[in-house]
Amino acid sequence: QVLFFGFGWLFFMRKLFKDYEVRQYVVQVIFSVTFAFSCTMFELIIFEILGVLNSSSRYFHWKLNLCVILLILVFMVPFYIGYFVVSNIRLLHRQKLLFACVLWLTFMYFFWKLGDPFPILSPKHGILSIEQLISRVGVIGVTLMALLSGFGAVNCPYTYMSYFLRNVTDADILALERRLLQTMDMIVSKKKRIAVAHRTMFQRGEVHNKPTGFWGMIKSVTTSVSGSENLSLIQQEVDALEELSRQLFLETADLHATKERIEYSKTFQGKYFNVLGYFFSIYCVWKIFMATINIVFDRVGKTDPVTRGIEITVNYLGIQFDVKFWSQHISFILVGIIIVTSIRGLLITLTKFFYAISSSKSSNVIVLLLAQIMGMYFVSSVLLIRMSMPPEYRIIITEVLGELQFNFYHRWFDVIFLVSALSSILFLYLAHKQAPEKHMAL
Amino acid sequence: MAALDRVKVLVLGDSGVGKSSLVHLLCQNQVLGNPSWTVGCSVDVRIHDYKEGTPEEKTYYIELWDVGGSVGSATSVKSTRAVFYNLLNGIILVHDLTNKKSSQNLYRWSLEALNRDVAPTGVLVTNGDYDREQFADNQIPLLVIGTKLDQIPETKRNEVLTRTAFLAEDFNAEEINLDCTNPRYLAAGSSNAVKLSRFFDKVIEKRYFLRDGNQV
Repeated sequence: QVLFFGFGWLFFMRKLFKDYEVRQYVVQVIFSVTFAFSCTMFELIIFEILGVLNSSSRYFHWKLNLCVILLILVFMVPFYIGYFVVSNIRLLHRQKLLFACVLWLTFMYFFWKLGDPFPILSPKHGILSIEQLISRVGVIGVTLMALLSGFGAVNCPYTYMSYFLRNVTDADILALERRLLQTMDMIVSKKKRIAVAHRTMFQRGEVHNKPTGFWGMIKSVTTSVSGSENLSLIQQEVDALEELSRQLFLETADLHATKERIEYSKTFQGKYFNVLGYFFSIYCVWKIFMATINIVFDRVGKTDPVTRGIEITVNYLGIQFDVKFWSQHISFILVGIIIVTSIRGLLITLTKFFYAISSSKSSNVIVLLLAQIMGMYFVSSVLLIRMSMPPEYRIIITEVLGELQFNFYHRWFDVIFLVSALSSILFLYLAHKQAPEKHMAL
Repeated sequence: MAALDRVKVLVLGDSGVGKSSLVHLLCQNQVLGNPSWTVGCSVDVRIHDYKEGTPEEKTYYIELWDVGGSVGSATSVKSTRAVFYNLLNGIILVHDLTNKKSSQNLYRWSLEALNRDVAPTGVLVTNGDYDREQFADNQIPLLVIGTKLDQIPETKRNEVLTRTAFLAEDFNAEEINLDCTNPRYLAAGSSNAVKLSRFFDKVIEKRYFLRDGNQV
């Protein structure tokens, strides 16, 4: 466990905060703690399958882990988020604590309300029981997971497959760069005119500072009015040109990135990833297909894919498999792979996201948000992993997590997954169409 | 009046250190009201009187090219930015006084900008490490500006200022520390303003007067 804590700490220091100083150590600690506990959850799952440790001590560890994670997720993190958000707004410096508490209370309220429309309340338990909290966290987490994986499923094939790469030649890039520089020059010359006009007005203004009397003042007003009209026209042109230059810059950056990817794909490593990309895209398509089927036929998978796959092979090919033995190992490997890739994918995505929107002001808030998202993601993936495991191992999870409507979760996940996949397909299609058009218009 | 000579100065630094505010302050003499991220490059122009107060006074345009500093060191972004580095005459390096890493990144920035201009006989440092000898040889004047001075509490000021003094020495450059939201720091006659106009004079000299051979 200490290992994981250390790992989380290291990761935090190196990757996330490469460019900024770490201000509050509390943030760091919280993030690492969240990470550590999430990893221990997965560790426990693996132990499950391997059969290490005593059954009762495992149970105990599970409970403990869950309690701590939930505590952190639901209480501490939102509180700190509220605190930091408030301290960022300069106006409310005085009563930071008060406002943070208020924010936290609103958060708890919404959190509770969230549970109402979903069929997860069971009248047997009280209000603050673990099941309630888990159910709510689970709902949010599952939604998040489905969104992310839907988008990822579509994005992956798009990025990896070189089929989609447009051909970019050096001449294109040069032409675009020249246009960019031309635009910059135009902006510069216009700004020069404005600066000169400002300066002459300033000098003339100084001259006119002496009280010249009534007529003199009226004259100065009329001349300066005509001058400033001219100026505002130029200023508008400058604004338009600046907008254009920004667009051109972004396009150039895009072209450079595409060119780099083309070069990368010609190398050996690139080819290897390309092949992987094909496999992965097939997997994604299959997942989407399965999700559609699940919804259309209103069916929830009872057996996991591995066992079913083995059953199919046994039935069709008539090979004598020792089903139990093999399914155990294969499922272990699969679960391991799923866990590792999902953790890795999550961390990478979070890092990219963090780079894209961080600034020195809000970095604390963002890190906390990320910690929260990560915690929810892990909790819900535990829920969902249950679907991919053979029935013997589901027992303990069902035991620990109490009476939750698992079927509901699976259904909900499929729905959101499908929705996000479809919308991201639409989005990417539009973006892809737009880019060659812009290219042609040059 | 539109036919004045021009000089190009780059303003470089990490994202969020205050380059756009600085440029706005220098050129419009006003504080920038709503700073937002610079995508690509934004240019502003300042009219500078070279050798003010002497009979050789001449007015020049100084173009301050403020290159957006966001995104990491992906090579594609570097090569996109590189299009702005042509025909440089001077560099202003901006770092944030409240953020140590931004001053360390200045070495990277200066190498990136200067490597574009290295003549074929120059030595290219390809691993990106800082090499002082390369700077000794450098013809392009540099100025180091530290921003957000107001956000450092009085107690820590000395320590921060000594650190930045070392930084400026490394670059063989002058340094100015200020706060971009307060025009008082660049008021005419203050030592900061003097350093600034000395820097601009140096840039103009290197561009126009040494080109005519070493007669001046």
